[in-house]
Amino acid sequence: MIQAFALILACELVGEVTVQATSLPIPGPVLGMLLLLAWLFLRGGVSDRLERTASALLSNLSLLFVPAGVGVLVHWEAIREGWLPLVVALVGSTLITLAVTALVMLGMQRLMGLRGERREDG
Amino acid sequence: MDETLFQLWVYLSASPLLWLTATLVCYLIAQRIYGLAGGYALFNPVALAVGLLIVLLVATDTPYKVYFDGAQFVHFLLGPATVSLAIPLYRERARLRDLWLPICVALFAGVLTASGSAVGLGLLLGAERSTLLSLAPKSVTAPVAMGIAEKLGGYPSLTAVLVVATGTLGAITGVAVFRLLRIRDDVVCGIAMGVTSHGIGTARAFQISPVMGAFSGLAMALSAFATSLLLPPLVDWLGL
Repeated sequence: MIQAFALILACELVGEVTVQATSLPIPGPVLGMLLLLAWLFLRGGVSDRLERTASALLSNLSLLFVPAGVGVLVHWEAIREGWLPLVVALVGSTLITLAVTALVMLGMQRLMGLRGERREDG
Repeated sequence: MDETLFQLWVYLSASPLLWLTATLVCYLIAQRIYGLAGGYALFNPVALAVGLLIVLLVATDTPYKVYFDGAQFVHFLLGPATVSLAIPLYRERARLRDLWLPICVALFAGVLTASGSAVGLGLLLGAERSTLLSLAPKSVTAPVAMGIAEKLGGYPSLTAVLVVATGTLGAITGVAVFRLLRIRDDVVCGIAMGVTSHGIGTARAFQISPVMGAFSGLAMALSAFATSLLLPPLVDWLGL
């Protein structure tokens, strides 16, 4: 657990430091993810410990967004004044993005003659 | 207020323990309500937990800064969680090899649509420039979106709120949109969910199937990467 967490944190740290030092346009944690991915390919597999630690983090992913969400308090005044463009932009953009991404992906798969997998749930 | 009770409150409000505990407990309560509602998407646990905490903070007249001193320990884990996405990515490497081209094209289209439609709609309805710049990275996972907003000249803390709102909206509406479009391919749904609604969408996708979750996680990671590469030059080029 500690070893796996240290590995994950080390990847994030190296990512952050590299981004700071080289002013790469990508964020530190994303570079950290690519580093961990490279490490997994080098090692040729995921250890049980790493697997358990990562799934503990990922299975509670939505909890991790709660503190940022509560930040709505800070921007309450600004949001109340200009709520209409924000709400329309958020709802509209969410629906459009879901549809466009899914349709483009589906279209590309058909174009390339790849058969998608279907869920067996009627 | 009773003197000892007051002193206890002074002690508690100065320590991170209270609001860290409150965050976890409110999330557990929200999850319980979500479960009791039969997993009905409208009772999204993130939205419920945020609502509960806001009621608590307003009722006790606690500023967000004091709350965040405790809650930051939870917030911090977003970084390690982003790094951990390497594991589902690695596990799906075989499918990735077959599907890399459709995924890349869908990702490119999705990332441009996510930022473009949000900024376009905001512009159309007369939102301010700093609001638009805070809105642009809203489909990307929180720590990354906040970094992008900072680079663009938006408000990172407003971006964080918009990120959570977008994630929640996608988690609530995603399945209905896919049903409407008659799309039942889990890989396709996962990619769309992750590009649109990052981690909160991914949490929802994992409830539907492990494959949808893995591809949503993949899309979330890739879109964080693609948006941070594409958005700053695009905003420069458009002269926003």
